[in-house]
Amino acid sequence: MKYFGLIWRNVWRKKIRTSLTILSVLVAFLLFALLNALGQAMSGGGAMTGAVRLVVIDKVSLINFLPLSHKNKIAQIPGVAVVSQQSWFGGFYQDPKNQFPQFPVVPDEYFALYPEFVMPEEQMEAWKNNRTGAVIGRDLAELYGLKVGDRIPIQSTIFTRKEGGRTWEFDIEGIFDTTDPKGGTALLLFRHDYFAEANTFGDGFVGWYTLRLAEGADPVEVANAIDLQFANSPNETETSTEAAFAASFAKQFGNIALIVTMILGAVFFTLLLVAGNTMSQSVRERIAELAVLKTLGFKDGTVLGIVLTESVLIMAMGGLLGVALGWLAGLAIGSAMAMFVPGGIVVSTEIVLLAVALMIGAGVLAGIFPALKAMRLSIVDALARG
Amino acid sequence: MSEALARLKGVSRVYQKGKERVEVLHELDLMIPNGDFLAIMGPSGSGKTTLLNLLGGLDKPTGGTVTVGGAELSSMSNNQLSKWRSTHVGFVFQFYNLLPVLTAQKNVELPLLLTNFSGKERAERAAIALDIVGLSDRAKHRPRELSGGEEQRVAIARAVVSDPTLLLCDEPTGDLDRETAEEILKLLQILNREHGKTIVMVTHDPQAAEYASRTLHVDKGKLESRAAA
Ligand SMILES: Nc1ncnc2c1ncn2[C@@H]1O[C@H](COP(=O)(O)OP(=O)(O)OP(=O)(O)O)[C@@H](O)[C@H]1O
Ligand SMILES: [Mg+2]
Repeated sequence: MKYFGLIWRNVWRKKIRTSLTILSVLVAFLLFALLNALGQAMSGGGAMTGAVRLVVIDKVSLINFLPLSHKNKIAQIPGVAVVSQQSWFGGFYQDPKNQFPQFPVVPDEYFALYPEFVMPEEQMEAWKNNRTGAVIGRDLAELYGLKVGDRIPIQSTIFTRKEGGRTWEFDIEGIFDTTDPKGGTALLLFRHDYFAEANTFGDGFVGWYTLRLAEGADPVEVANAIDLQFANSPNETETSTEAAFAASFAKQFGNIALIVTMILGAVFFTLLLVAGNTMSQSVRERIAELAVLKTLGFKDGTVLGIVLTESVLIMAMGGLLGVALGWLAGLAIGSAMAMFVPGGIVVSTEIVLLAVALMIGAGVLAGIFPALKAMRLSIVDALARG
Repeated sequence: MSEALARLKGVSRVYQKGKERVEVLHELDLMIPNGDFLAIMGPSGSGKTTLLNLLGGLDKPTGGTVTVGGAELSSMSNNQLSKWRSTHVGFVFQFYNLLPVLTAQKNVELPLLLTNFSGKERAERAAIALDIVGLSDRAKHRPRELSGGEEQRVAIARAVVSDPTLLLCDEPTGDLDRETAEEILKLLQILNREHGKTIVMVTHDPQAAEYASRTLHVDKGKLESRAAA
């Protein structure tokens, strides 16, 4: 591209203006990459291929409970290796800001479901011997400086104790790690039997079931078999992948996809105005120079192409930087929120390609009117004015 | 002086301003032989720039024909004219019209971007052109860092770098002091005599016109030949 030097010099004719424009492009594409990656992580692939775990929830709503009696029926369905129950406890530690997931679980079953979580054998034994015992992940222990032997009060926003009050105290009996480099461990697990006995709702219900597929089992077949089993019962089920489950969980907090689209729409509208203004200023202040290029024999189409390329180049510089920063931010946020987004927040190839297409599109859109103006410029008039 | 390089036959240029019709040039005939150094003088608004624009294929006549080097410009399309200009004609303006973002060297290379020369060949040719105008040592300077006379010499280098036969200069010394103007005029003379360029130069300055081989006056849309004042 022999015109590149000329284009590059013109892009930087006003360094501050171009830098500011690139900065706003950068912010727009950072948001674009990050929000899309977040959206993908939360709705992450409804596709079941490759799933090792499935989640069974109430067909009507995630917040409805399922009967404990479903458990044995699920366990008997071919392809199910382990099944266990969990519930959303909705608690915090000391201050409502300190939120992290707490689940009442069956110790052996839970660790069989999640073999990536590892904990010393003697801590497991100690937990099994203490009904009010709990275990926490390494991330949580480090976050609040907790250690084995501590007594930790958790204030539930959902469950009241039969003895009164919503503050539940647990003895920390163990700290577990994960072998999954992308997975986080900021969570607390306590015993379902204690939970069932001590809460005012009573026994016999669970929030949802998580099951581990047997080697070679077809996730779609297993999911269909489970849902069929409970069809036409008072508690119909919906079985999906963990990622799909995370997505429906996130929906409890609002229609994220719509919000993302609206934010990005506003950001890109503003971006087009900013970049469009930069380009039209840039063309307006060098009418005579563009006329000179034409005088020298640059064709109208070439002049159009040069101005458009400048516009796309500004978008591409800001855009690629923004996507790169979005990727880094995704890594950081993803590991901090690992519980909610088990796969991490990854700016996928798909998002990058979409962003590049958007850079070209926005660049052309921002540059097209100034470029057309440059193209249609009459040499004689422009030089007479200059 | 040999055969005609440029020939204008019955050339008119009419501007339509709303209902008003302004005939700037009226059925004008002109023959410019190869190797000519022609000065064109005339009052402001008499159509000197218009005439130059027609000769350089920047503008088309409303009547008559313009033929330069065998090409009939009046019947060519805009794209054909662009291509023709890039190889056949060089322009020098009163206000130099260099691109401020490019160095002298890169400014001179501009017309060569339209050729098939490699980057190295472009650089070599631009260096030769800068050498001809005596500015080799300023190749890396931006226009802002050059004096008016130097800027005009860079502009002349840019006008001759693709080796056109015809050089069109619109008041090339109009913005320069006398001493610098003389240097530029001597340079044009050298280009005319030693490099065989045919030059048409518009000027208000009778002393500048003396550097040319002949002078024509435009007035009321017509050309007249008379002794320089
Ligand atoms: N695009 C245009 N539309 C209308 N009238 C025009 C246009 N361009 C030039 N003219 C008119 O044509 C006439 C000749 O203009 P031109 O620029 O050729 O004069 P000039 O001899 O070069 O004058 P100067 O010495 O001031 O440069 C002027 O009256 C000018 O107003
Ligand atoms: Mg003029």
